[in-house]
Amino acid sequence: MSLQLEVRLKRQAVLDILFRFMTRISAFGVLALLVAILFSLVVGSMPAIRAFGFGFLTSSDWDPVNDQFGALIPIIGTLITSGIALLIAIPVSFGIAIFLTELSPRVLRRPLGIAIELLAGIPSIIYGMWGLFVFAPLFADHVEPWLNEHIGTISYIGPFFSGPPMGIGLLTASIILSIMVIPFITSVMRDVFDVVPPLLKESAYGLGATTWEVLWQVVLPYTKVGVVGGIMLGLGRALGETMAVTFVIGNAHELSKSLLMPGNSISSALANEFTEAVGELYTSSLIELGLILFFITFVVLSIARFMLYKLGKREGSHA
Amino acid sequence: MTKFDLYTRRRIINSIGLAIAVLAMGFGLFWLCWILWTLLENGLPSLTAAVFTQMTPPPGSSGGLLNAIAGSLMMTLLGTVIGTPIGILAGTYLAEFGQRGWMAPVTRFINDVLLSAPSIVIGLFVYEIYVMKVKHFSGWAGALALAILVIPIVIRTTENMLKLVPSTLREAAAALGAPQWKIVNFVTLRAARAGIITGVMLAIARISGETAPLLFTSLNNQFWSSNMDQPMANLPVVIFQFAMSPYEDWQQLAWAGALLITLSVLTLNIMARVLFRQSATTH
Repeated sequence: MSLQLEVRLKRQAVLDILFRFMTRISAFGVLALLVAILFSLVVGSMPAIRAFGFGFLTSSDWDPVNDQFGALIPIIGTLITSGIALLIAIPVSFGIAIFLTELSPRVLRRPLGIAIELLAGIPSIIYGMWGLFVFAPLFADHVEPWLNEHIGTISYIGPFFSGPPMGIGLLTASIILSIMVIPFITSVMRDVFDVVPPLLKESAYGLGATTWEVLWQVVLPYTKVGVVGGIMLGLGRALGETMAVTFVIGNAHELSKSLLMPGNSISSALANEFTEAVGELYTSSLIELGLILFFITFVVLSIARFMLYKLGKREGSHA
Repeated sequence: MTKFDLYTRRRIINSIGLAIAVLAMGFGLFWLCWILWTLLENGLPSLTAAVFTQMTPPPGSSGGLLNAIAGSLMMTLLGTVIGTPIGILAGTYLAEFGQRGWMAPVTRFINDVLLSAPSIVIGLFVYEIYVMKVKHFSGWAGALALAILVIPIVIRTTENMLKLVPSTLREAAAALGAPQWKIVNFVTLRAARAGIITGVMLAIARISGETAPLLFTSLNNQFWSSNMDQPMANLPVVIFQFAMSPYEDWQQLAWAGALLITLSVLTLNIMARVLFRQSATTH
């Protein structure tokens, strides 16, 4: 081997190591980012953690004047709005996924699929504006009086649906959230429905099953894990959604039994108050809210990913 | 007789179920159409030339959105420029070099979680590590927050697209004696180019509508400023501020801005999908 060639080969080997190292560092950056986010949030919320301890999670105080803070109301608001949003979004997403995978004519499948995905593309602030200026007034005029009259009088569930028809409130926020998470859940459901081996479906059809029966007794059981993963993914999105909720939730630090009353969520409290917060304890309490939000969504999203990986593995083993 | 009944019942259940699926589809499209219609109805009349030529006005007078549009463009561009290379490199690692060891699976998992993590927390993070240190809001901070949002999206699509490249291509290049960095840069990344560009476009679409992370980082600026070290106007935050205000002029401008953002985001989304027909959803 000539000396010149040896030098060239050596240089390539060095470049190789360098390139590998760069990609490795970038990938490592993602891990570092997560650690850094957690670390900075914990450091930022230290004053609040020291002042309130675990009581922060169970206290419903929010009094900037006297420096008393508790996370209970925003946490409950976040959980309730996301929960109701899922109640609406799950059946709808399921229906859309069925339509797109089983019923839609081939020509329409792609454009309709893109249309649903565009729902996810609309920025959340647009949902907020539309919700505040268009949806909330209509909701207050036509839906909420009806709810008051017909459901508000039923015992047990009545109190949740009675209250002044203001348009903005927990229920409005939930409905808008549900529209926003539909595309995410639908997209996962479509993907996992496609994983089902055609042979299984064809066998069921061959035995005389109807489309509906094939869906419930073959497709759903086969894709159960993935479907739940998709729902958790939607939940993760709903929990962290900020701007749309901020516009329509009403931003009141009050715990009310009625879903028609204004409330608060973690993200909307942050968006509304953070830049105006004065004093270390106030700012730090808001950062601790952010930490709680990050923690909840992290757990939910981890479960979601775990379930989706599990389904992905099974797909591999069947191939 | 009973057999016939069972059959009819099954058929009825089937029809009802499928009818509900069609209704659900209609339900989804209904909101999309309604929101787009609202935007056109309110936004088009306010979308005058002044929007593109004048600065954001003080309350109660008319003006435009020029500084906000410029600020948004600058921060989006910068965020993309910072985030894309890191995302592509990390995605390359996951697809090409990460076959062994714990690092690639863990990174992939964390990245998938960060992909859907609440953007407002990213805003808080940048506030903590940057804005607090320099003690003022700035365009740099905004761009940094947006870059952090870009990275996971680009990683995901880069990895997915590289995995679609047949390994025979890599083997052919290796057999010709090409070093690894050349194989990746000149063969596999090039073969996956269309898909990666799609990912970047989707990432741009995502960040150009983001409001929450900018609230705590670039904040807003009523005047023209091209200084990245100063608070910087941007469309989403201006829309937020103007829409929540009681002034008619401001609300009109907010609608114009909302229409602008939505049109550009949806155009990017559709272009990305047309450019690369295989669905590249990042959910």
